[in-house]
Amino acid sequence: MSQSLREVPSALAGEAVLEIAGLSVSVRGEDGEREVVSGLSLSLKRGETLCIAGESGSGKSMTALAIMQLLPQPAGRIAGGTIRLRDEDGSAVELTVLDERRMRDIRGDRIAMIFQEPMTSLNPVLSIGRQLTESIEAHTGVSQTEAKLRAVAALKAVRISEAESRLKQFPHELSGGMRQRVMIAMALALEPDVLIADEPTTALDVTVQGEVLELLRDLQRQHGTSVILITHDMGVVAEMADRVIVMRNGRMVEEGTTAAIFARPQAAYTRELLAAVPRIGSGARRRASGESDGAAMQDKVAVVKDLQVRFDLRGGFFGRVNRRVHAVEGISFSIAPNETLALVGESGCGKSTTAKALAGLVPYSGRVTIGGRELSRLGRDERKAVRRDVQMVFQDPYASLDPRMRVGELVAEPLLIHSIGSKEERRERVAALFERVGLSSEQMELYPHEFSGGQRQRICIARALALRPKLIIADESVSALDVSVQARVLDLLKELQREFGVAYLFISHDMAVVENVSDRVAVMYLGQIVEIGSRDQVFSNPRHPYTRRLIEAVPVPDPSLRRTRFARLEREIPSATRRIGESVPKLVLKDFGGGHFAAVGD
Amino acid sequence: MIAYLGRRLIQSLLILLGVSLITFALLYLLPADPVRQIAGRSATPDTVENIRRQLGLDQPFIVQYWHYLTKLLSGDLGRSYIQRSEVTELIVSRLPASLLLMVGAILCELAIGLTMGLIAAVKRGTSTDQTLMVASFVGVSAPQFVVGLLLLYVFAVRLGWFPIGGYGSWRHLVLPSLTMGILGAGWYARMMRSSMIDVLRQDYMRTARAKGLARGAILFRHALPNAILPVVAMIGIDIGVFMGGIVVVESVFGWPGIGQLAWQAIQRVDIPIIMGVTLVSAFAIVLGNLLADIIAPFIDPRIKLR
Repeated sequence: MSQSLREVPSALAGEAVLEIAGLSVSVRGEDGEREVVSGLSLSLKRGETLCIAGESGSGKSMTALAIMQLLPQPAGRIAGGTIRLRDEDGSAVELTVLDERRMRDIRGDRIAMIFQEPMTSLNPVLSIGRQLTESIEAHTGVSQTEAKLRAVAALKAVRISEAESRLKQFPHELSGGMRQRVMIAMALALEPDVLIADEPTTALDVTVQGEVLELLRDLQRQHGTSVILITHDMGVVAEMADRVIVMRNGRMVEEGTTAAIFARPQAAYTRELLAAVPRIGSGARRRASGESDGAAMQDKVAVVKDLQVRFDLRGGFFGRVNRRVHAVEGISFSIAPNETLALVGESGCGKSTTAKALAGLVPYSGRVTIGGRELSRLGRDERKAVRRDVQMVFQDPYASLDPRMRVGELVAEPLLIHSIGSKEERRERVAALFERVGLSSEQMELYPHEFSGGQRQRICIARALALRPKLIIADESVSALDVSVQARVLDLLKELQREFGVAYLFISHDMAVVENVSDRVAVMYLGQIVEIGSRDQVFSNPRHPYTRRLIEAVPVPDPSLRRTRFARLEREIPSATRRIGESVPKLVLKDFGGGHFAAVGD
Repeated sequence: MIAYLGRRLIQSLLILLGVSLITFALLYLLPADPVRQIAGRSATPDTVENIRRQLGLDQPFIVQYWHYLTKLLSGDLGRSYIQRSEVTELIVSRLPASLLLMVGAILCELAIGLTMGLIAAVKRGTSTDQTLMVASFVGVSAPQFVVGLLLLYVFAVRLGWFPIGGYGSWRHLVLPSLTMGILGAGWYARMMRSSMIDVLRQDYMRTARAKGLARGAILFRHALPNAILPVVAMIGIDIGVFMGGIVVVESVFGWPGIGQLAWQAIQRVDIPIIMGVTLVSAFAIVLGNLLADIIAPFIDPRIKLR
């Protein structure tokens, strides 16, 4: 199936390349067969980008896998409907009845796919070059040398530098953004008619996401590829789509041009979905900036001074420490009662490590004062008592609850550890907590797997609240949730703050969410704080170039604000690993007034 | 790499030292008296005491062990009580036969086990899978002397395809290798199956399928190298199991290896030979594990030896 570079003849533009009619997909589970896609019909035109938007369980990924005939085996099957792939001369192939061998010729060659997880979607034991050339060889039958040349060209097309030497590298030697670019190179090397991208940027940092989206758009323009972009992110939809299909519970809820969907959503669900999307600039007005700064140091819930966390790396001849990861490099901040301080930054910037240090989960140097008591001066028992005041809620609600314990026991566990109350009192308190986070006390006897993601995160919040802490550290606590669920959990967090006066250290990579919940914002980059100030100061008047880039990179859920060009990264974010003895230039923060500080001269 | 090897070498020596101490202590505590075996039933108490003194067995444990250790460091494993020759010579003359059997057995168990595991994983949940897993269970649980005698009866006695016992040609090697391999094959089949099922679930397997690769390329290029890593680590550990099996299998087939030597020595409480064979086995196990660890980075580039 060799093909040269092909232009879309103008006569063909607007003609359908893929037509799906009445598609139903069902998956057999323990409790019988369940329909995950029902009666879906759509057509994809040549050169267009069609977004399939929806929350988890909407059937969007299953639709993609059905097109590729890659449904999970043996549980998944196409229960009905047709999928036609149309050739340029108008002839069509019906994919649902195609045998495996002929389907193989279509996969990768005429329909290519890229997946959500760049970290796990490449084979760890095969070199980049091998993974690129094998599909070229399989579909075109060209020689190894020719395949290699094409692989280099494909890598150059996705703007990977030193393409020739990359061929010898292995996936683990590349960053997430680079890996996703390799995936795109792999998918586009054979110039397919249709590219299916399943959440291609969801796992990437926001600045890298911008890059990859722009790349996809450019390549699509150059080659006239038709793209099906599957995403839960309405910002990405607004940025990329010509047309949008909104799905829910396996059914299409609404279909239309991007402009129409955003301006005049017809279905109630689309309206809800759009309303739930956090947007920069829509955060409710909170207290005026600087209001909480008047409080004396003693009143602060937490004061962090020159916090430093380093991890040693061993290597070399005698396995001695020869390098160090400077995860957190001398940062200082404080949090007042009833206040939400957001810590933002991209992966590897040290925000989660800061949280762990605060909760006493990693060794650190510097001073951490909780409720006026400095931790390093306290004995073991006293420190344990202080720990009660700081609780954490983690990112993955599926992994952070022990599957073998009843959720009531899980929430009661902190009370048990700190020996608080009798069994009966603990039970009452847990029941009250359940009611408070929006669950019923009858649900205490259930196990974690019987709850949805959002409910589990509520359980985690109840557990964090059990000891009536002064500070809750929320480490990407809403990142794994669907937007509508996310909005409700954020509301709950705000309510609890009003009610209990608890302070939050809210760690997130999502600038829009941060803008919605925070009073103050600290931006971290390579282990240091580059800017800190009230939410309005940081978002309306960002002083540091990195802050600006972070804010600009967020896709705005409004197609009229679509960018023609994204800010291009000059370079990958450098590593925080340094040789022993290598000094780290300490950033000096300049005071811009009203508690707004930013690094200058960087 | 050199630093790594150096460290592993020191660790290995410490392990061997520990093995020698524990084995020596166990033999010392054994109620059977080696001197009685040497002297025979009719010997007078005087003769017995004489032999005991000659062999240094009247000394306290620590002194005996110290003597053994100092000689060991100069490469001397001592003299056999019964066979009246150097233990080193005895072992060296019998080692090639045992190594040959081991190689044959490893090839058998890998060929049978990996194939079974691979097929079972790909056909997961079908009757093929179930049949293979039942077969592997039988392989794991059947005692080796039963398997050995069964194979002997069918293939040597009834069919006459292979000789009944002895040593010399590849035909002699087949049945003992199979006997030893069947046990390992059962383990490998189960391990390969679960490792493979795990790999087949990975995202990169979906990517490989989405590229439109042929089934063979998907299985052998993408899945197998990822699935085989735990199996390679297993081979290192497996040598220990072999050393146990060799004693039985060599006796059944009359195979002149160190297993047979050990069996004879155990019956007669010939301590120097038991010690020697144990140390050689321990050495083989340590070496096997080291080799498995050194091979690992060649299979998976993410592994670095430190």
